[in-house]
Amino acid sequence: MAKPIPSKPSSNAAANADLDIAELSVIGLECWRGERRLFRDLSFQLRRTEIMQIRGENGAGKTTLLRTLCGLCLAEHGQIIWRGTPVSENRSAFLSQLHYIGHLDGVKLDLTASENVDFSRAMQISPSDESTSEILGRVGLSGVGNAIVRTLSAGQKRRVALSRLLTTRAAFWVLDEPFTSLDRDGEAIVRELLLEHLRRDGLVVFSSHQTVALGETPIVEFELSQ
Amino acid sequence: MTSTTVDAFRALLYRDLRLAFRHRSQIANPVIFFVIVVSLFPLGVSPQSDTLQLIAPGVIWVAALLATLLSLESLFRADFDDGSLELLITSPHPTTVLMLAKIVAHWLTTGLPLLIVAPLLALLLSLPTSALPTLLVTLALGTPVLSLVGSIGVALTVGLRRGGALLSLLILPLYIPVLIFAAHAVDSAAAGLPVAGQLYLLASLLMLALSLCPLTAAACLRISVN
Repeated sequence: MAKPIPSKPSSNAAANADLDIAELSVIGLECWRGERRLFRDLSFQLRRTEIMQIRGENGAGKTTLLRTLCGLCLAEHGQIIWRGTPVSENRSAFLSQLHYIGHLDGVKLDLTASENVDFSRAMQISPSDESTSEILGRVGLSGVGNAIVRTLSAGQKRRVALSRLLTTRAAFWVLDEPFTSLDRDGEAIVRELLLEHLRRDGLVVFSSHQTVALGETPIVEFELSQ
Repeated sequence: MTSTTVDAFRALLYRDLRLAFRHRSQIANPVIFFVIVVSLFPLGVSPQSDTLQLIAPGVIWVAALLATLLSLESLFRADFDDGSLELLITSPHPTTVLMLAKIVAHWLTTGLPLLIVAPLLALLLSLPTSALPTLLVTLALGTPVLSLVGSIGVALTVGLRRGGALLSLLILPLYIPVLIFAAHAVDSAAAGLPVAGQLYLLASLLMLALSLCPLTAAACLRISVN
C-alpha cells in the first residue's frame, strides 16, 4: 500500500486560484510486474509548480510508477487525468506536455553531444528557443559539444540526457533517478533546472533514493512500500 | 500531419542515416552477405551459363531476402537498448510516422545497396540483359516490402534477448509472396514474356505494406517496451 506524506502548501499557491486546480490526478492506480503486484489504490494529485519525489526501496515500483505515468507501462486499474481529461482519451495533448527521462539515457552514443541536443529539439512540438551551445553550456558540457558521446564519462552522458530538458517547453517532467552518476556540480545543475521549471509553472515527478533539498521549495514526498 | 511532425520525421530519418554512416558495417554487412551467397552458386552448382541463367532470378532474390532478414535486427535493437525507443513512444508525434521514418532509413541503408550491386551479380549469373530492368524493378518494389513487413517482426521480438530465430519464423512466411512474384517476374522477363501482372502485384503489396506495417509495428513496439 502506498501512502502519501502530506506536504506543506506551496507559498504562492494561495495567491493564484488557478493553481488550486490539479493538473495531474492519479486515481486508484494498480500495477503488476509479472506475477507480483507492485502497488494498488495509488492516488495523488499534483498542481502547477509542485514537485513530487517518489521514494521506496529497490523493487518497490518507482520506475514502474513513472513509466505508467508516461504510458509506457499499462496499469491494471486506475486512471491518470491530465488537465481534467483522462490521458487515455486525449493522449497526444498529454504527450505534448510530457518529457520523460528514464534510467536509460536515451542518448545516441555515436552522435556528438550537440547532435543529440539538435535531434531532441527537432522532435519537440514546442521547442525552447535556447541555442544548442547555450544548452550545452548550462549543463556544463560547453567544451565537449563536438565529442562523440561514447567517449564521454558516465556523468557527462547523463548530462547530455538532462540537456534534453532544456530543448522543450513541456510542462510535465517525469525523471527517473535524475541524480544518478552526477558529481556535485551536476547535482546542482539538476536542482537549478528543477527550480527554473517550477518557476515557469511546470510540474515534476521524480524518483530518487537520496534526500533532495531545493532550498525553500517544498517537495511533496510519496512513499511506495510493499 | 502537422509541419512539426514532418520535421520530426526528417530529423529521425537523418539521425538514423547519420548513425548508419558512422557504423559502416551496418551498411556493408548485408551487401557483403548478398555478394558472397550469390557468388558461391557458380562455384557450387555449375559454372555453365545456361544452368546459372536458369537459377539466377531465384538465387538473387533468395539472397536479397536473407540479407534483409540479417539486417532487420538492427532496425530497433540499438534504440531499444539505449532507451531512445521509449522517447519515440512518449513523443507527441504519431508513433506510426516515426516508425515509417525508421523503416525508410533502414531501407535506404540496407535495401538500396542491394539494388546497386544487383546488376553486377546478374552479370555473374549470366542473366540476360533484357531481364535486368525487371530485376531492378522487382528489387525496388520488393525490398521495401521486406523492410516494412520485417519491422513488425522486429517490433514484436526486440524485447526478447534471443529473438533471432523467432523473428525468422514470424517473418519468412510473410516474405514468401514477394519472393514468388519477384522471382517469377524476372524469370518471365528472361524468357521474353510480359511481366506487368507480377509487377502490379508487387506494387500493390508495397502499397499495402506501406499503409499497414508502420501502424502495426508501432502497436507492437508499445507491447515490447511494456
